[in-house]
Amino acid sequence: MKTKPFAAPYAVWMLLFTIVPIALVAAYSFTTADGALTLRNMANFLDPIYITVLLRSLGIALLCTLICLLVGYPAAYVLAQKDFDKKGVLVLLFVIPMWMNFLLRTYAWLTLLESNGLITSTVNRVIEFFGGQGNVRLLYNYGAVLMGMVYNYLPFMVLPLYTSLSRLDRRVVEAAEDLGANRSQVFLRVVFPLSVPGIFSGVTMVFMPAITTFVISRLLGGAQFKLFGDLIEQQFLFTGNWNFGSAMSLIMMVLLLLSMSIMNRYGDQEGGGIF
Amino acid sequence: MKSAGFFKRGYVYLVLAFLYMPILTLIVFSFNASKSRAVWGGFTLDWYRALFQNSEILNALYVTLAVALLAAVTATFIGTLGAIGMFSMKNGPKSLLLAAANLSMLTPDIVIGISLMILFLFANLPLGFGTMLLAHVSFNVPYVLFSVLPRLKQMNGSAYEAALDLGATHWQAIRKIVLPEIMPGILTGFILAFTLSLDDFVISFFTTSEVQNLSILVYSMARRGIHPTINALSTLMFVAIVALLLLVNRKSSILER
Repeated sequence: MKTKPFAAPYAVWMLLFTIVPIALVAAYSFTTADGALTLRNMANFLDPIYITVLLRSLGIALLCTLICLLVGYPAAYVLAQKDFDKKGVLVLLFVIPMWMNFLLRTYAWLTLLESNGLITSTVNRVIEFFGGQGNVRLLYNYGAVLMGMVYNYLPFMVLPLYTSLSRLDRRVVEAAEDLGANRSQVFLRVVFPLSVPGIFSGVTMVFMPAITTFVISRLLGGAQFKLFGDLIEQQFLFTGNWNFGSAMSLIMMVLLLLSMSIMNRYGDQEGGGIF
Repeated sequence: MKSAGFFKRGYVYLVLAFLYMPILTLIVFSFNASKSRAVWGGFTLDWYRALFQNSEILNALYVTLAVALLAAVTATFIGTLGAIGMFSMKNGPKSLLLAAANLSMLTPDIVIGISLMILFLFANLPLGFGTMLLAHVSFNVPYVLFSVLPRLKQMNGSAYEAALDLGATHWQAIRKIVLPEIMPGILTGFILAFTLSLDDFVISFFTTSEVQNLSILVYSMARRGIHPTINALSTLMFVAIVALLLLVNRKSSILER
């Protein structure tokens, strides 16, 4: 087909609005405000203040991913069993929150956890019932942010796991049973290893947004609780140091691409996404 | 084992309860006459009434829909043409163009947002509706591309050549043979682009200033504090996305049949 010129608008668009902006970020990260070349911005990031935030982000993202995996795997496993009736509806119920605006999901938690919220006031009433002082605060701390992340990203773990577990060849399981494996052996040596690609795509889909978020930490963690995403947002919208902000964005991108390539090395593409 | 056991079934319902409890609370309290978030003060539609009298919210709704529609149409056009063009390319230039799409999809939203903000300010474009629209088209194009490309691969290439042999012009062959073949992919790409655009917060947040879409409005309202009007707005947005999803689901199951 002689259709090559058709790709011209696409090529121009991608060059202007994807390549050039990222090149600009790279250029800003290695220059000073006057435009001189420097490694200063990168070096500035090595300050303990920023390293602490980076490690906190990594830690909370990993913990969130782990919790999602531990909670989501059994759910996906049960859903994937073919004798589960009303399965279609239940799977759809896991899909709906994925399409829901994540601000709404975060806001929903905010209304439950704030000082007059349903959960907080219930907890406080229970404490008062037992004679304690009902002034527990559940918002604006590490737990609230972690909870908000798990709530936001759990469906992104369940769906890929469900896809990979329900594609699993039943005959392999039956063969293992015929050969005398008991239920835990079947799971540990057959089902689990075959679901590893699903685990990898689930982990990717939870970890990636978790490490870059600034909204969840801002709304549920308050002004004091900062994650990597908050630092970048702040540099651009408040401090106005584009050079340092760009350097941090570049570091975040490299970090993500690295973890992505590690994931791809161990899991293959069969995992199945959401589409 | 005849049916999934009581505990297994109970576990799935428990996880679903965790996922839906906050949303359902939000919906219930959007009808609460009392401003309290824990005490039920009777049924009311006041917050919905307030919603439709609030020009800021109505304006944000208009911006959201206008940006989503314009961005989806433009991205579908660029992405589809790109896919058709790429299909006839040699592997070298093709993989270069594909790499650009992959780069865009792998870049975290916050980095896409700030990189476009830098570009717009660098080019002296004032941030607003136009820049938000440009940004939305940019993150949508790769999704359209990757919806259309598989359809092209499935297409029977000889049909196009047969049309040319039978005297069709190049343009006729594309319009009458290629386009109908890849139409389902184009539609999927369009719907995907539209939904992603409706849903976006992070990229919009960095590429606009005064002009707000619904996500930005919810964010700035939530930061000022909780108000039942946001509950009402959230309820309507939730109902809209469920309706859209069910519609798409039904449509695709009809197409499959």
